[in-house]
Amino acid sequence: MRNDTHILAENVSYTYDDAAAPALSHVNLTVRQGEFVAVLGHNGSGKSTLAKLLNALYVPTDGCVAVCGFDTRKEELVWEIRQRAGMIFQNPDNQIVATIVKEDVAFGLENLGVPTEEMIPRIEKALSVVRMSKYADSAPHMLSGGQKQRVAIAGILAMEPAVIIADEATAMLDPSGRKEVLDTIRMLNRQKGITVIWITHFMEEAADADRVVVVSDGEVQMDGTPREVFSQVDRMRQLHLDVPPMAALAEELRKAGMPIRDGILTIEEMVQEVEKTLCQSKSAT
Amino acid sequence: MLTNITMGQYYPVDSRVHRLDPRIKLILTIAFIVCVFLASNFAGYILLSAFLFAVCRLSNVPFKMLLRGLKPLRIILILTFLLNLFFTPGDDVWVSFWIIRITREAFLQALFYSLRLMFLVAGTSLLTLTTSPISLADGLEILMGPLKKIRFPAHELAMMMTIALRFIPTLLDETDKIMKAQMARGADFESGNLLSRAKAMVPLLVPLFISAFRRAGDLAMAMESRCYHGGEGRTRLRVLKITKNDMIACVIMAAFIAMLILAGRFIPF
Repeated sequence: MRNDTHILAENVSYTYDDAAAPALSHVNLTVRQGEFVAVLGHNGSGKSTLAKLLNALYVPTDGCVAVCGFDTRKEELVWEIRQRAGMIFQNPDNQIVATIVKEDVAFGLENLGVPTEEMIPRIEKALSVVRMSKYADSAPHMLSGGQKQRVAIAGILAMEPAVIIADEATAMLDPSGRKEVLDTIRMLNRQKGITVIWITHFMEEAADADRVVVVSDGEVQMDGTPREVFSQVDRMRQLHLDVPPMAALAEELRKAGMPIRDGILTIEEMVQEVEKTLCQSKSAT
Repeated sequence: MLTNITMGQYYPVDSRVHRLDPRIKLILTIAFIVCVFLASNFAGYILLSAFLFAVCRLSNVPFKMLLRGLKPLRIILILTFLLNLFFTPGDDVWVSFWIIRITREAFLQALFYSLRLMFLVAGTSLLTLTTSPISLADGLEILMGPLKKIRFPAHELAMMMTIALRFIPTLLDETDKIMKAQMARGADFESGNLLSRAKAMVPLLVPLFISAFRRAGDLAMAMESRCYHGGEGRTRLRVLKITKNDMIACVIMAAFIAMLILAGRFIPF
């Protein structure tokens, strides 16, 4: 195993206690430091189960998961793992524990046994990174959904994690809140080199990731750059996932007989490609 | 409509009493309760009222807030007074006709018992008026700390209290939403007799409970993922410190107790 491997899942299967079929079966996933990996899948695909396996909330029924080299099956390592792999959940209300923002950010540090003097600067720093310093003394129920999620991110950040796992962290937010949260996470990924596992069912949120992993029926179906994944329009549709509009258009044009290349995601690329093919066909006639 | 509630009866102003350490305030309140039972004559009760009034002034809490706390108690107070007045045996008869017989002893006992009840409630409301629920939970956790040795879940209780306080506004919001959703479908919460109104609450309470349980599950997972593993080895952001202010308060309380005992012994009425 290379040293910069942050997450390593080998042949992981997980079956819930009361379920007949496994929620995940034979999943392999390697994530390196600094990667921004989007895990895409529709409801019930097993993507949330995968998230909880990466944080030792669940322990694989079969196979093994290692976070920063720590095996999640070893009970004595649980707190080491959870400190390194911070998790943000879907519902902003259900993950804030304290009645004041800064105390909520302190929650993880209190659990780790960090001395009080050291806690205060770490909390201030975490809040300023997510641009929530202004609200340090506010009550969480007065904040918007996006702000609550940013507080949750600050709570994780104060614990100085290596990996942030966001389990549909934007699913309950309005578009502006969604942007706030995604921008914050992207900034952490780029500036601090924190590895991000971004679990979502929004195709557009996955488009900017370094890598897209598509999960369906408990198995990894596709794994590659957004360009590689999204250009396989038929495959995506089979898995009941949206495809970027330009990729869909390219597919339609190809079917109609226009020789358009693979891997087109933006409008600009499409315009260029169409102009190019039109010029070529003109000069050919 | 439900969002602007204040939690508990905390009266958020700044004062010397508000700034006292919650642990000290809890202990002083217990001391005051003992004082209420120490008072045995008029002089004692006058001292108690003077003390309560002085603390109330010092705390910047309006006196009428304190009286408001006594309001729900009025029926019990009247009952205590009347029962003691009519049924306490005594020799020095003041009024006597038909089966009613009021003696001096009975009157004094009735008066003292009702006063005692009033002081108890007023004293403890002064604690809750000047201490935010969160610092009260902190204070209780530390004071009950020694009980952990006999497996008393002091930390867990304080954590439960904090979480309950955190979720009160969230659940109120949710109640409001469910109520509006049910009203939009024709539910009627306002009219009808008590029974039909109670029945109308069922479609409100069932979804509320279901969602509360779901929230509890989510929160437990979020807490675990942030390394929560009980009170052991846990540090705290809020550290309670005993200040000079707290020392002064303790000295005043000690002096007051001494005065009360002296008054009971040497003042004959």
